[in-house]
Amino acid sequence: MLKFVLKRVVYMLVTLLIIITVTFFMMHSIPGDPLASMARNLPEQTRQNYYAKYGLDKPKGEQYLIFMKNLITKGDLGESIRYPGRRVTDTLMTNSVVSGTTGGLALILGIIIGVTLGIVAALNKNRWPDYVVMIIAIMGITVPVFVLGALLQYFFTVQLRVLPTTGWGRLENLVLPVIVLSFNTIATYARYVKSNMLEVMNQDYILTAEAKGVTPINVIKSHVLRNAFLPCITILGGQIASIFTGSFIVEKIFGIPGLGFYYISSINDRDYTMIIGTTVFFGALFVVAQLVIDVVYGILDPRMRIKAKD
Amino acid sequence: MSKETKTQAVQLDKTIPNGAKTAAVPPIPKEKFTIIGTDDFSGDIIARPRIGYWADAWRRLRQNKVATVSLFFLILMVIMVIIGPYLNGINYEAVDNTAINQAPSAAHWFGTDALGRDLFSRVWQAGRVSIAIGIAGALIGTVVGCIYGGIAAYFGGIVDTILMRIVEVLFSIPYLLIVILISVITDSQSIFTLMLALTLTGWCNTARLVRGQMLQLKSQEFILAANALGVSPWTTIIKHLIPNTLGVILVAITFDIPSYIFSEAFLSYLGLGIKAPNTSWGALASAAQQTFAFYPYQMFFPALLIALTMLSFTLLGDGLRDALDPKLRK
Amino acid sequence: MEKILEVKDLHVSFNTYAGKVRAVRGVGFELNKGESLAFVGESGCGKTVTAKSVLRLLKPPFAVIEEGSQILYKGQDVVHMDKKALSNYRGAEVSMIFQDPMTSLNPTMKVGRQIMESLQIHKKLDKKAAMEEAIHLLKLVNIPSPETRVNNYPHEMSGGMRQRVMIAIALACDPSVLIADEPTTALDVTIQAQIMDLLKELKEKLGTAIILVTHDLGVVANFADRVQVMYAGQVLERGTAREIFYDGRHPYTWALLSSVPKLAKESKQELYALKGTPPDLILPLNHCPFAARCEHCMSICKEQHPPETALSDTHKVSCWLQHPDAPNVTAFSGKEARS
Repeated sequence: MLKFVLKRVVYMLVTLLIIITVTFFMMHSIPGDPLASMARNLPEQTRQNYYAKYGLDKPKGEQYLIFMKNLITKGDLGESIRYPGRRVTDTLMTNSVVSGTTGGLALILGIIIGVTLGIVAALNKNRWPDYVVMIIAIMGITVPVFVLGALLQYFFTVQLRVLPTTGWGRLENLVLPVIVLSFNTIATYARYVKSNMLEVMNQDYILTAEAKGVTPINVIKSHVLRNAFLPCITILGGQIASIFTGSFIVEKIFGIPGLGFYYISSINDRDYTMIIGTTVFFGALFVVAQLVIDVVYGILDPRMRIKAKD
Repeated sequence: MSKETKTQAVQLDKTIPNGAKTAAVPPIPKEKFTIIGTDDFSGDIIARPRIGYWADAWRRLRQNKVATVSLFFLILMVIMVIIGPYLNGINYEAVDNTAINQAPSAAHWFGTDALGRDLFSRVWQAGRVSIAIGIAGALIGTVVGCIYGGIAAYFGGIVDTILMRIVEVLFSIPYLLIVILISVITDSQSIFTLMLALTLTGWCNTARLVRGQMLQLKSQEFILAANALGVSPWTTIIKHLIPNTLGVILVAITFDIPSYIFSEAFLSYLGLGIKAPNTSWGALASAAQQTFAFYPYQMFFPALLIALTMLSFTLLGDGLRDALDPKLRK
Repeated sequence: MEKILEVKDLHVSFNTYAGKVRAVRGVGFELNKGESLAFVGESGCGKTVTAKSVLRLLKPPFAVIEEGSQILYKGQDVVHMDKKALSNYRGAEVSMIFQDPMTSLNPTMKVGRQIMESLQIHKKLDKKAAMEEAIHLLKLVNIPSPETRVNNYPHEMSGGMRQRVMIAIALACDPSVLIADEPTTALDVTIQAQIMDLLKELKEKLGTAIILVTHDLGVVANFADRVQVMYAGQVLERGTAREIFYDGRHPYTWALLSSVPKLAKESKQELYALKGTPPDLILPLNHCPFAARCEHCMSICKEQHPPETALSDTHKVSCWLQHPDAPNVTAFSGKEARS
């Protein structure tokens, strides 16, 4: 098990290194340089000071080494180019609390509702609850986040006036963004849990359990659910990613000062240090989340435990 | 039959009480009891009409009403995005300052936008771009994925390990992050760079799928049997590997198209996709977002069309997957 | 002898796109206490479907036991049992082991718990007692160091071992009938013999009646008291193992017997292969189902269904060759068998 975890950690670090390196060099390979448009009109001396300040006067290889050194030793991702004095790391920390709250709530809500709907659909296969759930699921997958967000915003804030349009800080501000963000997770889990359950119900060992005289309810409880839920852990990674990307749009629509909101505005501002920093942060979060998922799956599935020992 | 065995049988027959034998049976003409032998393989002809894999899949797809409706809708969409921009005779780029933000009317069937451009023409022009990107993206992704996955599965060993490690690393980076990054760097200059951004890692899933399917097939009994019977590798590939992988690929394409459409819409919505005056559904929706409270119809049409198109592709994909799954054949 | 299971006129159909596939067509049999009965026939002859019907394990609405079919266990009507009665019946009165031990055990549950499950349901044992009983059962099926094995997951065991676990589960609540559906087909030849010996030993020790479903006549000869030969969802011939093996009367029985390889020194003859395939079960089939492949087929065989002729109290055959007007024909292998 330990070996398995270690191997995963090494993979994770390699992946992270690749993400950081690729992001860094790609951002620095833009024609001209990150400061070109901003510093164009400045006096020569100020310009050179600027370049020196961000280390842009040095060769790219050296810049990379300095960046990596600061990142590893101090956890520092540099300073915003657009807003001098604003540390990238500080901005990330403040914003990630906001995004973490909405994203986390959406994920939990999405899994709970999605799994429940999936079970209901599987147990009522080809009857109306199944159809209703599958319609919800299909909608959740096919209706883009921005359409859903705009629609809900329109109905609840413009028409019904029960919820605030945009903003952050009050509980009411959370309702719509969390619902919109969780929709994809609900849909994905409802579909996945349903198809897994149906697959497990066709397995030979379910027949064995029935032949033992286990009642239908207990067959579901002690044989079907566990086997159907296990693979659901593996798609959690994709769901976390979809909540990240969903947050870009949801935070924009609802004016939530989170990671996604600042990421988009730093893209529009061409604030390169912020872009690199946020990308690396997103990448790291995602890769770590996947590591945790892999390890948890390894612990929960007895078949994986054996493989992990080898 | 030899004489000897016949007499033996007669003797045996006599030892059995005859009473029960004939009691329930009505008299039967004697000539019915002459041996006519086996049917000469009439037993080999299967009474049910034999249905080939693809014919059977097609039959099941047609039986699936939801999938059929989706397919028809998609065909209709393709026709509309081809002819739609010309239907009401107003160019999608034409700016009309006298008709800004108009509601749907006889002159402008879907209304006009903030610059007075006709939304009916724009919606279909946008659909043209969105669907083209969806299809082109899926095809590029599939071709690259098939070649990559095929190479990995064919060579196996160290090649396979290295190629799959690369995919694993690419896979562990959130897809849209890469797309955003590429769009920022290329400054979304053209549809070409947009396609590059979308397909750069979009093929990974197909590659995995194709490799998995190929490896599974390689180890299956019927491939081993074909090898053992001396079927040439080429025939094996054509008759067994391709048909059995094609289904998986076809289903993957059907699911890939809406995901490319979605990714493009996502990028355009964030202002990283298609640049004006050209447009796409995502760009239209993004433009309509700011004034949504006042002119909801501007959002309504592109949003409805994206949702319906993605829905149709997803439902068609579901139907295809069920139709092509030999395990579900009944 | 005490009759414990009686099946009369069992009809089972599968609903498919092409129509109703009538997989079992009027099968009937009786099973006495402590006796072993074998269903023999080629794939698709309805033997497994018949066996599953006894436990009502077929999934409606795809598979349906037709109205008029009767399954009586100690006089109780199994076909119309409600969920609760069915749950008390399965596992406790009649239990079943399946063909493939690799897929028949829950992969995420320790084997001990899988055995305990049925003890807790039927014998109402508490956890501790159930655990002890599970260890005892593993010992009974000859699994070494059962105390540690109860904590194993199925994938930590070999195929043969898993089938032993399946037998332990099936026998946990001392059922009167054990249905073994091709219990050795998926196993190595050496393991097959061990499993069959184990079943035989347990049958004697516990007095359980066994229905053995198989296509392997070699297994039947050493194991079954009575045999019924099935084809296209019908019973063509039934009798004691001796009657079937030494005095088989149905051409299909002959064909089955002569397609078994023999080690006897004088048999230089080629292994017999029956030509053609069984009839499509979607057809109505109002005549002898074997007619098309029968070397001794007569005109009548293609027109009417043969009546079941009793040759002795136990030996019955459905074949027109038994008609007094029919020519006298014997098995091409019968000569060898009888001499």
